[in-house]
Amino acid sequence: MTVLNVNGKQHEVNADPRTPLLYVLRNDLALNAAKFGCGLGQCGACTVLVDHNPVFSCVTPIAALEGRYIRTVEDLGSADKPGPVQRAFIEEQAAQCGYCIPGMMMRAQALLEKNAAPSDAQIREAMAPNLCRCGTQMRILRAVHRAAKLMTVELQGTEAKG
Amino acid sequence: MLGRTLLGLAIALILAFGAFFAWQWRGELAPTTTSAHAFDPGIVTKGAQLAAIGECAVCHTRAGGKSFAGGFPVQTPFGVVYGTNITPDRDTGIGAWSEEAFRRAMREGVARDGTHLYPAFPYDHFTKLTDGDISALYAFLMTRAPVAQANRQPQLDFPLNFRIFAAGWQLLFLTKGPYRNDPSQNATWNRGAYLVEGVGHCGACHTPRNALGAERPKEAFGGGVSEGWDAPALNASSPAPVPWTADQLTAYLKTGFADQHGIASGPMHPVVANLAKASDADVRAIATYVASFIGPRNAADRQRQTEASLAFAKQRAVSVNDLARTTTGVAPADDRSAGGVLFAGACANCHRSGGGLPASRPIALALSTPVNSSDPTNLLRIIADGIHPAPGKSGPIMPGFSGALTDPQIVALADYVRAHYSRGQAWPNIAATLAAIRSNPTPAMEAP
Repeated sequence: MTVLNVNGKQHEVNADPRTPLLYVLRNDLALNAAKFGCGLGQCGACTVLVDHNPVFSCVTPIAALEGRYIRTVEDLGSADKPGPVQRAFIEEQAAQCGYCIPGMMMRAQALLEKNAAPSDAQIREAMAPNLCRCGTQMRILRAVHRAAKLMTVELQGTEAKG
Repeated sequence: MLGRTLLGLAIALILAFGAFFAWQWRGELAPTTTSAHAFDPGIVTKGAQLAAIGECAVCHTRAGGKSFAGGFPVQTPFGVVYGTNITPDRDTGIGAWSEEAFRRAMREGVARDGTHLYPAFPYDHFTKLTDGDISALYAFLMTRAPVAQANRQPQLDFPLNFRIFAAGWQLLFLTKGPYRNDPSQNATWNRGAYLVEGVGHCGACHTPRNALGAERPKEAFGGGVSEGWDAPALNASSPAPVPWTADQLTAYLKTGFADQHGIASGPMHPVVANLAKASDADVRAIATYVASFIGPRNAADRQRQTEASLAFAKQRAVSVNDLARTTTGVAPADDRSAGGVLFAGACANCHRSGGGLPASRPIALALSTPVNSSDPTNLLRIIADGIHPAPGKSGPIMPGFSGALTDPQIVALADYVRAHYSRGQAWPNIAATLAAIRSNPTPAMEAP
């Protein structure tokens, strides 16, 4: 039995501890945002956050994750109430087929939590591990810039209310 | 009496220092103006190949900066020395340097203005170049685009920040003069020796250094350090499981991959990226020279070690039949140690035999030099940071596991990999080595 903290909830998972997190998310916990792309840590479609770092969930066994803080796209917002990164990707229409987008959003989220106003070069460097075969990279780049602005506005709005 | 002795000693010291001062004194050489059109294109091409073998761009280019414009921090035990601007910019580069000034810098370690250069610039190797090759390098550099970028001053510990100490170093350790052919060896070997000992300056990383930072000639190629990586021994104590051959070395240096050794990573990555520009004959010559002293000397020993290593790798290979199916992944069926579980979930899918990666199959880990070295540094750096091609270039990729695994998990994994894929002793110091790596992140090196 492995206990995983996913999006702030504790889950008792009955799976082989060698199982990569991606399969537990999708098959056991029905969190289907993270995608299977290559299964080899090469493409980034399965990217989730572990303790605020972007990781490839397809090559991260759950044995490594007890007591750590896992986040997926489901934590960023919902279809009704999309979070700032999701809103930015929708507003920039950054998806073509959309398969890589959950991983892209998680990597963008990790970047923006460390750097609220990244430069073009910093975004390109941070996003480089995640691949998009449709060719929407320029829209993704714009979406990350837009998400940075939306997050700043949201943060300032919250502070003003508080 | 004592007073007279002391006075005599003082005078002797002053005279000795005066003699040293006079010996080390180098005048400024007059500035010149050189036109890029003055050089024969054939000579420039030859210089380009020599500059590639000499890896000039690696230390003379900062991450993300313009080629040869300087700024790369070379870490030494005495502080940081920054690669200088060697583009032909008149004010910040070497645009005002005559060929004579350039030759003096290469042979004697003295800049055009007469100041002594620190031996982070490996003139102890470059002194071995022929006049013709120094001319070709000069022609190549003087035909690059000038870049105005001021040099950064070295950050060296007192009193080494006084350049007269560089002159003292030269007095002690610099043997000037071009390479002399060994008549007992053939032309290919001699060409390789000339390139390796001279412009290639392989020993700068692969030879241990003494307390004053000079290479120990008696321990040539005995292994050293480079940018926080372990530079493995290239002599008889090479840690490679299968002894290197000239063919394997040629493939490794030319393409960055040898099927009995794996891919070039760490500071060797920009080296092989540069060597791709060298001629096949020169790379073959380098390989021929290095193969003449790397690994066991005796042919029977080499054969025995090759067979034993290949048999061990075959025995330890994780084949599809050995794998238990987990939810969907694959894993070695038996090992339930902390490291074994992590290996199964994080590594086995690519590192099983015939596994995973379509474009670049990883070699058996039992054949890997980092796994079989006496020092865990390189394996830890690869697990933590992965392997990546230069920005915008294609090449083998391994993801880094620093975010996915905690440091204690990386230690357990490295311990498992060592125990399972090496016949060497367990590493006693994995956690301490990883802690040292964490406290000393290396600067990004970019392949040109």
